[in-house]
Amino acid sequence: MTNEALRKDPYNIVITGVGGQGNVMASRVLANMLVRRGFRVTIGETFGMSQRGGSVMSHIRVSSAAVWSPQIPKGRADLVVALEPVEAIRVLADYGNPAVKSLVNMRPIYPVGVITGEADYPAPETIRKAVAALSETSCFLDATAEAIRLGNPILGNIIMIGAVARLGVLPVNRELFAAVIREGMPASRVEDNLRAFAIGAAAVA
Amino acid sequence: MSMDRGQREGDEVLLMGNEAIARGALEAGVQVAAGYPGTPSSEIIETLSRFAETGKLYVEWSTNEKVAMETAAAASFAGLRSLCVMKQNGVNVASDFLLHLAGSGTRAGMVLVTCDDPGALSSVNEGESRHFARLMEIPLLEPADFQEAKEMTRWAFTLSEEIRSIVMVRSVTRMSHASGNVILGALPPAARKAEFLCDGAVSDPERGPMISAPVIEKHRLQQEKIRKAAAIFEKSPFNAYSGPERPELLIITSSACRLYSLEAVSLLEAEDRVGILKLGTTWPLPPALLKRVLSTTEKILIVEEVLPFLEEQVKILAAEQVREIGVKTFYGKNDGILPMAGELNPDLVMAAVGRILGIDPPVLSSAYREKLRAFAGLAPRREQTFCPGCPHRASFWSIREALQRDGRGGFVCGDIGCYAMASLFPAAGFYTAKTLHAMGSGTGLASGFGKLGSFGMDQPVIAVCGDSTFYHAAIPALINAVHQNANIIFIALDNNGTAMTGFQSHPGIDVNAMGDASPMVDIAALCGAIGAKVVVGDPFALQETRETLNRLMEGQQGVKVLILKQSCALSPEKKGTKRYLMQVDDTLCRGDACGCNRLCTRIFRCPGLLWNREKKKAQIDEVICAGCGVCAGICPAEAIRCEEAAKS
Repeated sequence: MTNEALRKDPYNIVITGVGGQGNVMASRVLANMLVRRGFRVTIGETFGMSQRGGSVMSHIRVSSAAVWSPQIPKGRADLVVALEPVEAIRVLADYGNPAVKSLVNMRPIYPVGVITGEADYPAPETIRKAVAALSETSCFLDATAEAIRLGNPILGNIIMIGAVARLGVLPVNRELFAAVIREGMPASRVEDNLRAFAIGAAAVA
Repeated sequence: MSMDRGQREGDEVLLMGNEAIARGALEAGVQVAAGYPGTPSSEIIETLSRFAETGKLYVEWSTNEKVAMETAAAASFAGLRSLCVMKQNGVNVASDFLLHLAGSGTRAGMVLVTCDDPGALSSVNEGESRHFARLMEIPLLEPADFQEAKEMTRWAFTLSEEIRSIVMVRSVTRMSHASGNVILGALPPAARKAEFLCDGAVSDPERGPMISAPVIEKHRLQQEKIRKAAAIFEKSPFNAYSGPERPELLIITSSACRLYSLEAVSLLEAEDRVGILKLGTTWPLPPALLKRVLSTTEKILIVEEVLPFLEEQVKILAAEQVREIGVKTFYGKNDGILPMAGELNPDLVMAAVGRILGIDPPVLSSAYREKLRAFAGLAPRREQTFCPGCPHRASFWSIREALQRDGRGGFVCGDIGCYAMASLFPAAGFYTAKTLHAMGSGTGLASGFGKLGSFGMDQPVIAVCGDSTFYHAAIPALINAVHQNANIIFIALDNNGTAMTGFQSHPGIDVNAMGDASPMVDIAALCGAIGAKVVVGDPFALQETRETLNRLMEGQQGVKVLILKQSCALSPEKKGTKRYLMQVDDTLCRGDACGCNRLCTRIFRCPGLLWNREKKKAQIDEVICAGCGVCAGICPAEAIRCEEAAKS
C-alpha cells in the first residue's frame, strides 16, 4: 500500500494509560495499521512496571521517510490518546503544545494515594477544563462504560482506536483495522474488537 | 502483529527490537539459544521459543545466566551456532564463566546479547554491560535501529566464527522495547549436526580441549583476536558518518543515542554545522576510522548511555594520535554537559548541542507555558503497588501482622521480583522489607544476619524469595544458612512462574521454554533434603499464615522454610477470572466511626478497594477487583463480603 501525505512528518502520537488497560496493544494495533499504509513507524514503550499500577506510555512516531527516536521530544505531541483521564493531564504537561489534539477516556483508575486519602483526584469537570485548555481540540469518551456493555472493560482501548480513526488526522480506517486484528488475534475475538472500533468511531462527532 | 512463522523473506513488518534480534539469530542459523528472563531482554528467548523445532533449534530458559552461557558455549564447542541472552546484571552472574570462555575461545559462532536498562526503567540498578567487553577482551556491537538490530545480530555470528571468540551485542531498553519497520531476510535451509571434536592437542582450536590454559599463551591469542576484530571494524558498514565535510561539532554516538542525536540536530536546524559519527562496533574501536573523522573538526561531543565508555576510548585514541589530528575539545559525560546517571533523550542532547553551538532550543509560547503552570500538579502521583489479587500483598500482610505481634523489631530481607516492590515502595510491603540487592542476596544477607545472635541481635530475620529466584541464586545461600545454623525464616513466595517478566518457565514448572513436558524440581523437597524444617501454606489464608510465622519465630534455632503457594493474579489460569464477587455491606461498614482507621483502604492499599468520600465508607471497584477474597479477612467489622463467583 502506498502512503499518503502526513499532516506533519514525523507525526507524534502518545497513547497513555495505566497498567492493565491494554495500552501496549492499542499502540501496536495503530502502528501496524500505519505500517500497512507504507509508513515508517517507531513505537517507544515504557512497560517494565506496566502491570503494577504505574502509568504506561507509548510514543508512536509516524514518518514517510525516516526512523525517529522512540522518545518524542518534550512539547511535541500531535495527538494524545489517554485511556485514563489524569494520565491525559500528565502527558500534556510534558508533551502538550497549542496544536495538540486530545482524546480522553473519562473512566478514572484511582492511584493508591487517592484511595488512601493521601492525594486528591480532580473532578471530571476540572479534568475536561484542563485538557481543553491545553489542547487545540479535545474529545471525551466513556470508553470503559461502553466496553463493559460489550462485555469486557479492556475493549476500551480499541474504542479509543476507533475514535482516533474517525478524527481524520491519520490515514487509517475500519478496513485496515480489520486486517490488522484478523492477523493478530484469535478469530473468536475479532467480532468484539470490530464492534468496539465502531463504537469509538461513532463517539467522535 | 509480531514475528510469526507465516512471514517471508522480503516482508516489511513492525518488530520490537528484541524480535529483530531474535530474527537476526534465526537468519544466522542459530541452533541453541539459552537465557534467563529479565526486563528488557525476555522477548528474545520467548520469540525464539516459538521457532523451536527438534533437530533444528533448541531453546531453554536456564536456571540463571551463567548456566545459560555455559549451555550456549557447549553448543558452540559442538559446532552449532548459539546464542545466550540476559539483562545487564545477568552478565555479572555469567561473568566468571565469560572470563574463562574468552580464554578458551569458541568454535561455531556464539553471541551474547545483553539488554541494558539506562534509567533503570525496570531494574534496581543502572549497571552497564559494555565494560565487560573491555574487561573480558571480547568484541562489542551496538545496534542503532530496528533493521540494524537484526542485521548486526546475524553478522555477529560470522564475526564470532572468524575470530573464534564470543561476540557481545548490547541493546538498551529503548531499542529492545521499542518497535519499528524491519525487512526480513532469508532463513538458512540446513541445520548442522552436533559433535564435540576433542581428540586434538591443547594448541589445536579445531580439535583440542576447550580450556583457558596455558593461560599466558591463550591470553595473548585473545588479544590477537581483538586486534583482528579492530581491523575488520575499520571497514564495517555499521559505522557511518553523516554531515558536512568539516563540521563545527562532531557527535560520536551509538545505540538509541544516535536517534536522539539526529533528532536534537534536526530540532536545532543545525544539520549544516553538526556531523554525526554513528558507531556500531564500539569495542575495540577502529583507530584509523576514528583518526580520519576526528581530523575533520576540533569540537567533539560523545553521546552515549550511561557511563563515558566511548568517551574514554575516543580520548585515548585522540591522545595517541594528537600529533596528527591536533588538540581537541571533548564534551560529554566527564564535563557534565550530559548527565552521568539516568537515560538520555532528544531534549537532553538538544540542550547539550545548543549550549556548545550557542543556539537556544525552541520553546513553547509563554501563553501556553502559563497554562501549563496553571494546571501543574493536578494529576496525582501514581505509585506502583501490587496488582489487585496479588498473593504478595497477602503474604506481606501476614508478615507484618506476625512481626508486630512478635514485637522484637524483626524485618524482611527483600529480593528481586515483583515482591521487590515491598522494598522499593515501603507501604506496598507494609514497611517490613528493609534490604534489596542482587538475585538471591536476600537469603545471603539473612544468613549473615542470622549469625549475629551471639553479638546480641535478637530481631527475627526473614528472607523472601520468589520461585524463579529460588532456583537462580538462593539455593547456595540457603545451603549456607543451613550449614552455618543461621537463625532465619526463609519464605518462598511461590506464585508458579517467573511472573514479573511474563510467566517464563523455571525448574519448578512442568513445561520448558518450548512448551514440552519437563521434570519439575520441587522447592519443598529440595529444602527438606538440605535439612531445613519446611511448612507449606496458602498466603490467602491470612490467619493461618500469621500463626505459622509466629510459631516459627518462637521455635528453635536454625533455618525454617515457609513456602507460600498461590498463583500470580495475572497468570494464564487466573487472569480475567474472579473467584469471588466482592461487596462492601454498607450496613456493617462503620466508616470512620469504626476505629479501624480505614484499615482496608489506608493500610491494605489494594487498588480494588476504594474509599467513597461521599458515603464515607469503603467500596469495591468492580472493574479493578480481581476477586481474590483476601480483604474479607482484614475487615474487623466483617463488612467486606465474598460471594463465590459463577464459573464462566
